[in-house]
Parts: sequence; structure tokens; C-alpha cells
Amino acid sequence: MLEVQQLNVAYGHIQALFDVSLSVNEQEAVAVLGANGAGKSTLIKSIMGWVQPASGDIRFEGESILHLQPWERVRRGLALTPEGGRVFPDLSVEDNLRLGGYLQPEEAIREDMATVFELFPVLEERRKQIAKTLSGGERQMLAIGRALMARPKLLLIDEVSMGLMPILVKRVFSVFSELRRRGVSILLVEQNAFESLKVVDRAYVLENGRIVLSGTTEELQADPRVRAAYLGG
Amino acid sequence: MSDYVLSVAVFVGIWVTLALSLNILTGFAGQVSLGHAAFFGIGAYTSAILTANYGQSFWTGFALAILITGMTGAVLGLPSLRVRHDFLVLVTMGVNFVVVALFKYVDFFGGAMGIVNIPAPSLFGHTFRGGAPYLILVWVYALATLGVSWYLSKTWTGMAFNTVRLDEDAAAAVGVSVPRFKIYAFAISAALAGGAGSLYAHFIGSVFPDTFVFLESIAILSMVIFGGVGTLRGPIVGAIILKAAPEMLRFVQDYRFTLYGALLVLMMLFQPMGLLGDDSWLWTKLQRLFRKGS
Ligand SMILES: Nc1ncnc2c1ncn2[C@@H]1O[C@H](COP(=O)(O)OP(=O)(O)OP(=O)(O)O)[C@@H](O)[C@H]1O
Ligand SMILES: [Mg+2]
Repeated sequence: MLEVQQLNVAYGHIQALFDVSLSVNEQEAVAVLGANGAGKSTLIKSIMGWVQPASGDIRFEGESILHLQPWERVRRGLALTPEGGRVFPDLSVEDNLRLGGYLQPEEAIREDMATVFELFPVLEERRKQIAKTLSGGERQMLAIGRALMARPKLLLIDEVSMGLMPILVKRVFSVFSELRRRGVSILLVEQNAFESLKVVDRAYVLENGRIVLSGTTEELQADPRVRAAYLGG
Repeated sequence: MSDYVLSVAVFVGIWVTLALSLNILTGFAGQVSLGHAAFFGIGAYTSAILTANYGQSFWTGFALAILITGMTGAVLGLPSLRVRHDFLVLVTMGVNFVVVALFKYVDFFGGAMGIVNIPAPSLFGHTFRGGAPYLILVWVYALATLGVSWYLSKTWTGMAFNTVRLDEDAAAAVGVSVPRFKIYAFAISAALAGGAGSLYAHFIGSVFPDTFVFLESIAILSMVIFGGVGTLRGPIVGAIILKAAPEMLRFVQDYRFTLYGALLVLMMLFQPMGLLGDDSWLWTKLQRLFRKGS
């Protein structure tokens, strides 16, 4: 469904990604694990179209999407939960969610909003609240909810576990499992290898802009390097 | 009503319209423009030339002023797709200077002599230059502009403007075609200002390049910011106060651009949301008073 091929991305003179290749198949959940500055967000931003790569290709459902603007990629079925719960700060919870469904008909918006409130009841309690006054964790939930409203085929998630308390991390990841059952593919970039590996089928390890390791969940969980670096021995 | 009060009321109505139209671009879509007087001027000249030089009726001139200025706005909005924020401010300022220079140095626009003998509008065979009918016409148009603003604030278009103002990248990532809505904002804002230009031209009976200079753009922006950018009440109140005060107080008239500049700086420092913005001191007080009273 998604294929990233030999992707090189640079910010001015600083290169952030080197020949990164990875794929996500239909109905698959894939994680990219990496430390701070590894290039995880850069990868996600390139797929969304916020950042233009220097070379390489990004293909979605068999076609290159490199020439497409971000909003056109959304139309194709991509949605993003950005880093740090980046929602529209001056708008209410409800308006943020509605905007997630910007390209959807009114009926789908109503349905999906109910679904999101079911997943995150706290958002329903705070539906009129202005997003910037939400707690960091609530904002993360809103960011996820907003992405779901787009009815994506592939959901891109940038470090959703950051700033969430453990129980909520579990909660959020269980939402991802649920989404997969509904046929949504997921690409998630994370530092939290422990929780991520529980919900994905495969994972890649990104270090200093390069993919250094990849495999199925079981393979990675068993790998001594992964255990040492990401799973606390 | 004396002619004097009447003409002040007409001017205030025209500037309320200008402030509201700029507010759609700057307050809603977040594109700060220092060239709004250019659109005011393009509307005024379109209508003036069509009626005085080509014998068209006021109504044709008025309608085409809205249409042509709107289209010009869409074209002049194109730079906003490439540059952001601070640079856009400079670009719109440059556009204002270029437009005024064209009025001044191109014969078709009458040069420094401007366009004179602009006919008054007529309706059902009755011609009216000033007077109550013209006042009503001006304020009906101001109300229509308010209506457009209100309608926009309730629709998906208004919501898309919000996202573009708040976070362009995030807007794109929820599927908002950012360039399209920037162009919409420029076109709508310019079109409405163009209508105001036409009403101005037919009220005065002549137009000169100097009316539409950069300083006037600052004045209009001051009205929006003074009142409360992004709200509907703000630009209206801002325009009423800042337009009526200089008209009525002679000594203010001479220093009015100084006043606008000083107010702009003071507001930015102490009340960036404006006199009646959502969290402003006065608006908060008023709301509290109103709640106690009810
Ligand atoms: N806009 C930018 N300009 C210059 N360098 C950048 C920019 N954005 C990221 N970088 C650099 O690119 C590298 C990768 O950054 P990226 O944000 O992709 O890391 P990350 O893996 O998401 O890290 P984190 O876990 O801290 O979010 C870093 O060295 C960073 O400093
Ligand atoms: Mg990151």
C-alpha cells in the first residue's frame, strides 16, 4: 500500500534521511523505532508532503505521490497525527474534529464524531473547550481523533505516546488494534518500542537517518541490539 | 439631517465596509495586507471610467467594480501562495504603490488630474447624488458586507480560512487546499472593497490617485485592529470611531495619519486583540455588565 524507496531528505546542508526504504502492506501496522533526532518525524513529514525529499520515491497504492500536495494526499487516503498533539489551538475540540472530517460528508462526520467520543470519552466532556487549554494528553487524543475523522486508508502517527501516562498509552495503542481490525493500515513512529511492538506486525529501526534493522515483531523483540537499546535489556 | 452630518455618515458607511472587507482577508484568513486601499481605488476607478468615459449607468459601473476588483484581488493574491507573513506585508505594500503609480502616470486613468464628472446614480428615473437615498444605499452595502462576513464565519469556507490563519501546514494535512482559500479570501475581500470604491466615486463625483495611497491602507488596517481583528463588531466600531472622529474634529483631521499610526502601535503593545476583541479588557467588562444586568 505504501512504499518508500531510497528516500534522501536534507534540511539545507544537514541530511536527515539516507536511502530509507520501507513498506506498509494493506491492513498492516508497522512501526519505525528510533531515538531523538533519528529522523522519524522527517520520514512522516515527507510522506505527508510537508517536506520535499532530495531523491527517492514515495508510492501509495501503486502510484508515486511525490508530486501531490498534502491536501491531495489526504484525498488519496492518508491522515496524520502530528508530533506533540499539534491541533488547531484556538478552535474548540468539536471544531478540530469536524475539520478532521473536512473532506467527508456531514453524515460521516456525525457518525465518526460519535465513534471518537466513544474511544475518548474525555473529549466529549470537553467538546466546547478550546484546544489550547486541553492537557497535553487530551490534546494527543484530540490529534488522533481528528486523524480518524478523515477515514484514512493509512494512518501516520508521530510519537503519540509522548506525554501520555502509561494507562493512556495502552488505551491509545488498543485503539490502533481496533482500527486495524476495521481495515486501516498504520505507520507509527515511536521511541516507545515496548508498547509499539505489542501492536504492530513489523518494525524498522532508524538510527541517524538510516534503517539499520527490520523484521517482524518477534524477530525484533528477540534481537539483542533492540533489547539493549529500546527494551531496557 | 444637515448635509454635513449626512456626508460624514456616508463616509463612515464606506469605511465600515472597507474595514469589514479587510477583516475577511486579515482577520479570518490571516493574510495581513497593507495594500487594501489599492482595491478601494481599483473599484473607484473602474466605476468612474465606465460611467464618466463610457456612458455606462451607475449600476453597471458598481457591479463591474465589484467583479473586476474581485478578479484583480485573486490575481494580486497569487504572491501570498509563495511568501508568508512578513514578506506578504511588504508585497501588498508594493502592490499599493504600483497601483497608485498606474493611476497617476497612465493616461487611460486620467493621470494626476484623475477622473471627473462621474455621474450620480439614478433609480426609477430619479437621480440622487447625496442625500438620504445615497446614505441608505451606502449602508445597505455595508450591511451586505457584514452579511457576507457573518455567512462566511458560519460555513466551511470560514472554517477553512481559520485553519489557514492558525496553521497552514496543519490545514493542508486535514485536506484544506490552502492556496485556493487564500485566493478566495483575496478575491472576496477585494470585491467588497471594490464596491466601496464605486460608492465613494459616485458620491464625490471625481477620483484622484492620492485618495488610494499606502497611508489609506494603514488607516483601514488601524480601524480593523483598533476595533478587534477577526470579530464582526470590531472593524465596525473601529471604523466608526476612527473615521467619524477626524471628520468631526478639525484638529484631528490634520493629524489623522499620525493618530492612526500611534493607535496601531499602542494597540499592538497593550491590546493586540483590539478594543472589542474576544479577550480584550473592554469586551470582558461589557460582557460582565450585560450578564449582571440580565
Ligand atoms: N526544519 C529543520 N531544519 C533543520 N534541521 C532539521 C529540521 N527538522 C529536523 N531537523 C534535523 O533533522 C534530524 C532529524 O529530525 P527529526 O525531527 O526527524 O527527528 P525525530 O526522530 O523525529 O526526533 P524526536 O524523537 O526528537 O522527535 C535532526 O538532527 C534535526 O535536528
Ligand atoms: Mg520527531
